[in-house]
Amino acid sequence: MMNTIDLENSDVTELNQKLHDVNGTKDKSEWQILNPKGRHNVAVGIDAPLKVKIDGHVGYYCAGMNKHANVTVKGNVGPGVAENMMSGIVHVTGSASQYAGATAHGGLLIIDGDASSRCGISMKGVDILVKGSVGHMSAFMAQSGRLVICGDAGDALGDSLYEAHIYVRGKIASLGADCIEKPIKSKHQKELGKLLKDAGVNDIDVSEFRRYGSARKLYNFDVDNVDVY
Amino acid sequence: MAISYCYLLILRVDILCGIVGLFAKSPSIEQSLGAHITNMLTEMTERGPDSAGFAIYRKPVEQGRTKLTILAPSESYDWHEMKRQLTKRFECEISCEVHANHAVLTLGFDGAGVYDWFYENFPELYINSSGSTIEIYKDKGLPINVLNRFEVEKLQGTHALGHSRMATESAVTIQHSHPFSTGQDLCLVHNGSLSNHNILRENLQKQGIIFRTDNDSEVAAGYLMHRMREGDSLDEALERALVELDGFYTFAIGTRDGFAVLRDPVACKPAIMAETDEWVAMASEYRAIAVLPGADNAECWEPEPAKIYSWSH
Repeated sequence: MMNTIDLENSDVTELNQKLHDVNGTKDKSEWQILNPKGRHNVAVGIDAPLKVKIDGHVGYYCAGMNKHANVTVKGNVGPGVAENMMSGIVHVTGSASQYAGATAHGGLLIIDGDASSRCGISMKGVDILVKGSVGHMSAFMAQSGRLVICGDAGDALGDSLYEAHIYVRGKIASLGADCIEKPIKSKHQKELGKLLKDAGVNDIDVSEFRRYGSARKLYNFDVDNVDVY
Repeated sequence: MAISYCYLLILRVDILCGIVGLFAKSPSIEQSLGAHITNMLTEMTERGPDSAGFAIYRKPVEQGRTKLTILAPSESYDWHEMKRQLTKRFECEISCEVHANHAVLTLGFDGAGVYDWFYENFPELYINSSGSTIEIYKDKGLPINVLNRFEVEKLQGTHALGHSRMATESAVTIQHSHPFSTGQDLCLVHNGSLSNHNILRENLQKQGIIFRTDNDSEVAAGYLMHRMREGDSLDEALERALVELDGFYTFAIGTRDGFAVLRDPVACKPAIMAETDEWVAMASEYRAIAVLPGADNAECWEPEPAKIYSWSH
């Protein structure tokens, strides 16, 4: 059964409460949200395998803290989409503003257009696939998970990176501190291939990507520095 | 700790103040410009409930004349006495249109010397703007109250900028509110905070720029005014601002024919732009654009850091 909520006649708190009423259950019902018109916090905090479709552009923090749900936004998203996502899928058919997927622990975030600055900042296990390009400082202090960029990347990509994997198909304006290019081994091709497949990207080959990761000079304890302490 | 702090800092600075701009590409949008800018700025209330202001470009005066928008301390201000003395001093035709605590004066000359004259003779008055088409109105209070006070819904014009303020760097007064004049038919609205405004203000004061408040945005406006007096074009002044101004900012700059938008190189402060066949709009958030006719089908994009975007008629 499809549940339809029109945000012209309902507010976001009311909508989110309805979605939260099934939190912790295995409810797989489908929801359609109309007329978001840039509103903030649409469909945040879901903890059930719901299927949510949002028709239109949304504001800040859409699908934040998502757990299990499959959320599709037919439009653009404001800052902080899927922030702190734990699991599930968030799919944006348009472009995303800054810090998409920030601090997210798990799940898959797919952005069909571009993502602006700080995409994947402090990501902690989420997989993010951007079919377009990303802005500056993307994957800043990214700890784990995978960031796949089918287009170009802005300045300081992967600055102060921990153990997240970054794959870029296009040009990179500059790499951030401690982020270096690394060879793509068969295990990386395999994980990249799976991510592309999961995101429905069938027309790009894994061989077109280059891999970037941490040089591990910034965050690891170096025995040569023992005298300093 | 470091990572949480960085992230929270970005979030904290992201939500203060809202700016909007609308540029009409059709006569129907020009006729309803005031209503549209009212709807847009009202959407930015949560970002800035302290005070609000707007610049509207309308009713150009004939060549050789000047239009001033003057802010008075109260709605009961005696404009008659000011007008009498101004007419006597400059020996010219003057018209005066009062809107709440503001008056729009049209002077029958180019306005040379008028700033100094007001400063010396009517220091309680504040010249919000001067030029041939610009009018700037601002006041304390919720945006909707400010907009209603000046009956903005009824105004027509070619383009307009608006600002809703949440004060972080200085007091909540009308003079601290935006937009700030940056020269003839020029104005600035700012979402952000500058960190080197004190030293810049001192340097600009030595160059003869007069500041009426301790507001950081007024310094940005003064900086652009100074650079353009030195001969820079608006684009050149903005290019220099990228080097000289330190801090967070999204600027929208109104010009006689249009407006320009600039974000600092780090671009923490949000901005979105949209365009249809009828209009070009910019705002801090999409919800301020969603209220415009045809917004659902508009082309939307986020302006890149350190890149100047401009439109003109």
